[in-house]
Amino acid sequence: MVGFILHRAFWAIPTLIFVSLISFFIIQLPPGDYVTAYVAQLRNGGEYVTLAQEEALRQSMGLNDPIIVQYWRWISDIVFRGDFGQSLEWNAPVGTLIWDRLGLTLAISTLSMLFTWAIAIPVGVYSATRQYSVFDYLFTVFGFLGKGIPDFLLALVLMWIGFAYMQIDVGGLFSPEYQTAPWSFDKVINLLSHLWIPIVVLATGGAAGLIRVMRANMLDELGKPYVETAYAQGLSERQVVWNYPVRVALNPFISTVGWALPALFSGDVITAVVLNLPTTGPLLLKALQMQDMYLAGSFILILSVFTVIGTLVSDVLLAWSDPRIRYA
Amino acid sequence: MTDQAINAPAATAPAAKENLYTAKPWTLIWWRFRRHVLAMVSLWFLAILSLMAVFAETVAPYDPFGIERLLTFSPPTAVRIIHDGQLHWPFVYGLARERDPETARVTYVDDYDKVLPIKLFISGDDYSFFGLFKTDIHLFGVESRRDKINLLGTDSLGRDVFSRLVHGARVTLSAGLIGVAFAFVLGLTLGSISGYFGGWIDASIQRLMEFIRSVPTIPLWMGLAAALPVAWDPIFVYVLITLILALIGWTHLARVVRGQFFAIRNEDFVLAARLAGASEYRIITKHMLPSMTSYIIAALTLAVPEMILGETALSFLGLGLRPPVVSWGVLLQDAQNLRSISLAPWLLSPGLAVVFTVLAFNFLGDGLRDAADPYGQ
Repeated sequence: MVGFILHRAFWAIPTLIFVSLISFFIIQLPPGDYVTAYVAQLRNGGEYVTLAQEEALRQSMGLNDPIIVQYWRWISDIVFRGDFGQSLEWNAPVGTLIWDRLGLTLAISTLSMLFTWAIAIPVGVYSATRQYSVFDYLFTVFGFLGKGIPDFLLALVLMWIGFAYMQIDVGGLFSPEYQTAPWSFDKVINLLSHLWIPIVVLATGGAAGLIRVMRANMLDELGKPYVETAYAQGLSERQVVWNYPVRVALNPFISTVGWALPALFSGDVITAVVLNLPTTGPLLLKALQMQDMYLAGSFILILSVFTVIGTLVSDVLLAWSDPRIRYA
Repeated sequence: MTDQAINAPAATAPAAKENLYTAKPWTLIWWRFRRHVLAMVSLWFLAILSLMAVFAETVAPYDPFGIERLLTFSPPTAVRIIHDGQLHWPFVYGLARERDPETARVTYVDDYDKVLPIKLFISGDDYSFFGLFKTDIHLFGVESRRDKINLLGTDSLGRDVFSRLVHGARVTLSAGLIGVAFAFVLGLTLGSISGYFGGWIDASIQRLMEFIRSVPTIPLWMGLAAALPVAWDPIFVYVLITLILALIGWTHLARVVRGQFFAIRNEDFVLAARLAGASEYRIITKHMLPSMTSYIIAALTLAVPEMILGETALSFLGLGLRPPVVSWGVLLQDAQNLRSISLAPWLLSPGLAVVFTVLAFNFLGDGLRDAADPYGQ
């Protein structure tokens, strides 16, 4: 098991290098560089910057070096010193800006993933064991709808319904009066009353797909002889279903945890923009609109790194739950 | 071939049975597909939608950019067939503009005296028919200078949402199709190389695909799209956006193609071709690819909705297509805040269009996949 984990962790390294290259590529994409943007900002502020000064600034920051040297400087600063560079727009280190918001993004993503599973597993099992029942059809319709409705549209509609018909204020994570208040029981309640919309929005899309997967897996397993044997031994339906086929059917499920994470992060970006949540999404969007590329690139890097870690975790979970994979 | 015939729809009449055994594979697929009701409905829906998109200028009653100062945020016009308790050719009532005495907001009420029958092939705004000739014939409309028929209401500038929706369909659908075409070329090339040669080539292409999949799509799309300069020509931006969508979307297609290649690489007919001295290129293009066309078409159909959702999301966030280009995502930008949605819920109608289109492509793809599977029921 330890060997397996080490092997997988080793394989994650090239992926990490690749995502860092992509992030750096995105930082470099827009025309001009950091100094062009910085000088433009200074000039807007009324300061006088000569071309020679601009060139000197560029020289001192090493922007004339070959691209590979610049990449190395950027990545080594991040890896060895945790320094992500400076955000032009916010005039603050990128690191502090990101960590403030990343916690909440992770919390919302994790919660919605748990919620997705809490819906998808029981519903998938039910749909498979009661195939072609009324509820099976109902869940199938729900599954297709969940796949077809874009996250942001669902967020908009829920927000509208909440606002127009249920008289609750939505958007953001806290009501104005709790925004700066210290943590208390009431504040937590307030948080929960705001949190359900993003979680429902994020979970619906994921659950819709997973229900179909779970149902298909279960239908494959339910027809197998070992299930019949278990019934023949006189076990109750609940014992048979939950102890044997479900465990096998969960395998493809676990292996998609890694893919669920990028999907959640992606969905989170748009949902958070619509719902005005203080997560990474709106900040990333703003950074991209302002072409604040160090901030944007670092965001993409960190989100990707979390995805790689998520994939690693799902591989390990899969190996833990299925010995055949561990020893393959 | 016998496998396919046995699993094909049960034919009752002897003549039909005769047909079944001599039918070509594509005919069999079509027969199986026809029984899939949802897929057939989706096919019709998409066919009509595409026709509307192609002939957008004719189908739309008004110019998508035509501003109407006195008709802002007017609600959808109801098409009625009963006037004064009597059946009537489909018509709409004219609108009377009023002001709410308390909030001073403009409201519109039906003017029951003004009956405006809907006329087909009516003359309206001028437009150029595919650059061939100038005409002013629109599919439907009402004969009135002051009153308009706004099937889906108007937006903040009084532009007809239905007309904009129809024009947006052209951009959104074509972006999806072109994106899939790009992804198809990439996925087919890399997928077939990967699946046919195997070994280290396969391993490295697999790695590349895993790398691409490990980056969250939307942030990556956003990053690439945001780097496009604002000042560029909208058409050029449109092509680049579809390229960006395809650059990430091809991995799914490559997976399908590779899996298929692995499945049939060791079939007898491939071995026979190789023994007959066919070149690798000929084996791939003449023998292996045709045998998996149906799977590839199904996979392509299932890839379209993803592209459409991607374009919509990017444009919605303001990073994809930008006005004056009209796409469904651009239209949804108007529905971004609560105030405009509660004031004018019909601005969400492009969202409904997206949902229906995505669902239709999904059903169509599922139907095609089932129909193409010779071992299916």
